[in-house]
Amino acid sequence: MNDMTPIVADAIDREHDKPLNLSRRGFLGASLGALVLGVTLPAARARAQAAAASITPGTRVRAFLEIRPDSTVLFRSAFIEGGQGIFTAMAQIVGEELDVDPAQFVVEGAPPGPDYLLTGGGRFTGGSMSVRMSYETMRTLGASARQMLLQAAATRLGVPASELSTEPGRVVHAASGRVIPYGEIADAAADLPVPEDVTLRAPGDFRWIGKPVARLDVRDKSTGKAHYSIDQRIDGMLHAAVQHSPRLGGEPGALANEAEVRGMPGVHSVHRLPGAVAVLANSWWRARMAVEALQVTWSEPAAGTAHAMPADFSSEAHMTKLKATPGEGVAYETAGDAAGALGGAARIVEATYDAPYLAHGQLEPPSALARWNEDGTLELWIPNQAPEMFQADAAKVAGIAPEKVIIHSQILGGFFGRHFLYQSANPYPQAILLAKAAGRPVKLIWSREEEFLRDTLRPMSAVRFRAGLDADGLPVALDAVAVCEGPTGRWFGRQPDEVDSSSVEGIAGKVYAIPNRRIGQVHVDDPAIIGFWRSVGHSMNDFFYETFFDEMADAGGLDPYELRHRLLADSPRHRNLLEAVADLSGGWKRGPFTAEDGTRRARGVAMASPFASEVATIAEVSLQQGEIVVHDVWVAIDPGSIVNPAVIEAQVNSAVALGLSSALLEEVVYVDGLPQARNYDGYPILTPNRMPRVHVRIVESGATPMGGIGEPGLPGVPPAVANAVSVLAGQRVRSLPLSKLDLKGVDG
Amino acid sequence: MELTINGSKHQVDIEPDTPLLWVLRDELGMTGTKYGCGLAQCGACTVLVDGQATRSCVTPVESVAGAQIMTIEAITEDPVGQKVVEAWVSNQVPQCGYCQSGQVMAATALLKQSPQPSDDDIAGAMVNLCRCGTYNAIAAAVRDAAQA
Repeated sequence: MNDMTPIVADAIDREHDKPLNLSRRGFLGASLGALVLGVTLPAARARAQAAAASITPGTRVRAFLEIRPDSTVLFRSAFIEGGQGIFTAMAQIVGEELDVDPAQFVVEGAPPGPDYLLTGGGRFTGGSMSVRMSYETMRTLGASARQMLLQAAATRLGVPASELSTEPGRVVHAASGRVIPYGEIADAAADLPVPEDVTLRAPGDFRWIGKPVARLDVRDKSTGKAHYSIDQRIDGMLHAAVQHSPRLGGEPGALANEAEVRGMPGVHSVHRLPGAVAVLANSWWRARMAVEALQVTWSEPAAGTAHAMPADFSSEAHMTKLKATPGEGVAYETAGDAAGALGGAARIVEATYDAPYLAHGQLEPPSALARWNEDGTLELWIPNQAPEMFQADAAKVAGIAPEKVIIHSQILGGFFGRHFLYQSANPYPQAILLAKAAGRPVKLIWSREEEFLRDTLRPMSAVRFRAGLDADGLPVALDAVAVCEGPTGRWFGRQPDEVDSSSVEGIAGKVYAIPNRRIGQVHVDDPAIIGFWRSVGHSMNDFFYETFFDEMADAGGLDPYELRHRLLADSPRHRNLLEAVADLSGGWKRGPFTAEDGTRRARGVAMASPFASEVATIAEVSLQQGEIVVHDVWVAIDPGSIVNPAVIEAQVNSAVALGLSSALLEEVVYVDGLPQARNYDGYPILTPNRMPRVHVRIVESGATPMGGIGEPGLPGVPPAVANAVSVLAGQRVRSLPLSKLDLKGVDG
Repeated sequence: MELTINGSKHQVDIEPDTPLLWVLRDELGMTGTKYGCGLAQCGACTVLVDGQATRSCVTPVESVAGAQIMTIEAITEDPVGQKVVEAWVSNQVPQCGYCQSGQVMAATALLKQSPQPSDDDIAGAMVNLCRCGTYNAIAAAVRDAAQA
């Protein structure tokens, strides 16, 4: 038995640990040994970070690009690929300016380092930010590299650079007919200074940006060759499985059958970890069988333990508390005089809406592979959306300097917000401690059941709406109060006198001309570990708002599409988008109507403004044997300008699926401090037979700044579906998921 | 015991109730077959056993000794599998890709048994979960593969 809790404190005391008693192994994923336009390898990383202050992120060509002898390009992406197509987008953007076909790119996640801090001075893959935050910088990087290649070719050929041009992958001297493949001059180009000024291609001349370029990763992902964190293997590695305290904050006490478990097949050792027990074995299945056989007495959390899960916590009681918490809270968005206008309104519409906790449910369970090296460095192969943040945290756990932590960021088997730095929800601290205790590399996988126990949750929320209508039924005032805790405040610090924007986005920031508004939040601490979930606050707030919008329309005797259209009279971008989705769906009709197959159907419409993109959504729904059937979803999306329409269409399909899954099915339920579902059998997600047809129209309005793509397709789906269901069922839908509705007897 | 995987024989010394999935992944290093749920809920672990789509996470290895096991590692060596892969690529099916080994195996099993499947056949066979929601692209790719 190794009690590892003290290792944390002990290790932190020693800045530079002695090399461990393990033999040095070959590196996984080391340099490809090619000629380079520079390459940042671990040895250079400490120097790079010392020089961080003088580095402007995204400018040093050598940190990103390695042109190989065969003129293919290794590109280190600041952003992690998890299905959203970012590696392909980076190849398109850089390739366009570098003049290399994106198909010639090999893209991998960049190591931690100052060059890659491209999201507002930090670095993370999220917030649908990757392309829009780095677009100009990455174009400039590609153009700079091309200029360096031209200069190197000019020297080689003894001609002025002005006489040279490029074709994809090579420099051309038209006057003499000579050509030089990029791969032949990459070395020489690497020694040149990065140019101060470069000219970017005119958008009208784009060959790859804006085109449906094929993704770089589909063949490997269709043949099992793509390697995720969970697939990594290194010599001498042990497999680890854990059993967590059922409630966060509990610590392992007595292990009644430890000796017996130690004797199980393949078992190497049994360990205590903070809040968990672990078994190391020669295969993961053996480790899992053993750790789950351990009979553990869990302690009650010590008083004052941060985020300890109360023994009496239930999600139902928490929702009751949210709904019962009074007040107007702190204002986030105000316009005109909402209170006054409500007082003078011809009619008041009031309703309270709510949405539950959600799990991420990405199909790749979390894992971490850790190896301590003889030189005192620690290598981690981990899923993550923020390498530098993970590096810093891992260094604290390991008790070494951050530059001694080498992060190999792996492609993600889905993320949806799952792989941010959420201390109690990431397996790498456990892997670090286990690898240290064992003196061998350790790969830890959380079983699906442990994942459901420790996943961070999309928070629950309740929102109170009051609207005032004038004599014509038009809304003149809106008051909305969100009662909840937002994930941004939880993880990035909350100011008590300020509203966490992630708690109100999608109630605030709406585009309709309602002259008097007050949007506020009442903060209530959430006992669960909450996190970011695809489209964050928008994932529920646009459901609340856009469904309440239909209540306002009905109360005023107005068609919900027509009312939206009317309230967008002075907002051409949004009005055009609304018209676009109506046109895409064959013209707006709310229903109920009878479809060709005889079913009674209705349509709902919703708009959303998430992550700087604009989205309009229509869903067509019927009810069959009490079950909601969504037949078609039409989405018009305006990100301003685009990089890859095929990826956008795929991302909208994906967002529709996840939005529909949340609307119809998903709810994390806690009873007595425990999540009731520990696998997909208790937490159903969208199955293929419930996937609607999805129709996408991309509208390039040219609006700036460019909007995001990964998340914006989601928020409009739950309200569009719920609005259609309300028409068919003849009852309002104010709570998710819709599976809670009793719709028997209201079939068409 | 002896296993026949992708036409090759492998000797494994393992508890007989070990799921085939973990024999493939940890004993034989074939990590193309994925662990998703361990309960036959998601299908990420789908392999072919004597041509049948089988969820390897709940299949005791002893039950497939003597059977012909095919995994994603050999998919392009199989004429039907090759067609499926090409359809997957041309339809740009994968997003995160984690479920797609299992999806490709399920499609291959379907087309081996029903070379011209109806839409109902496809719906009946393609039941693996995909959290990225690539379901429409999967169905389109299966239809394309059947036509190829």
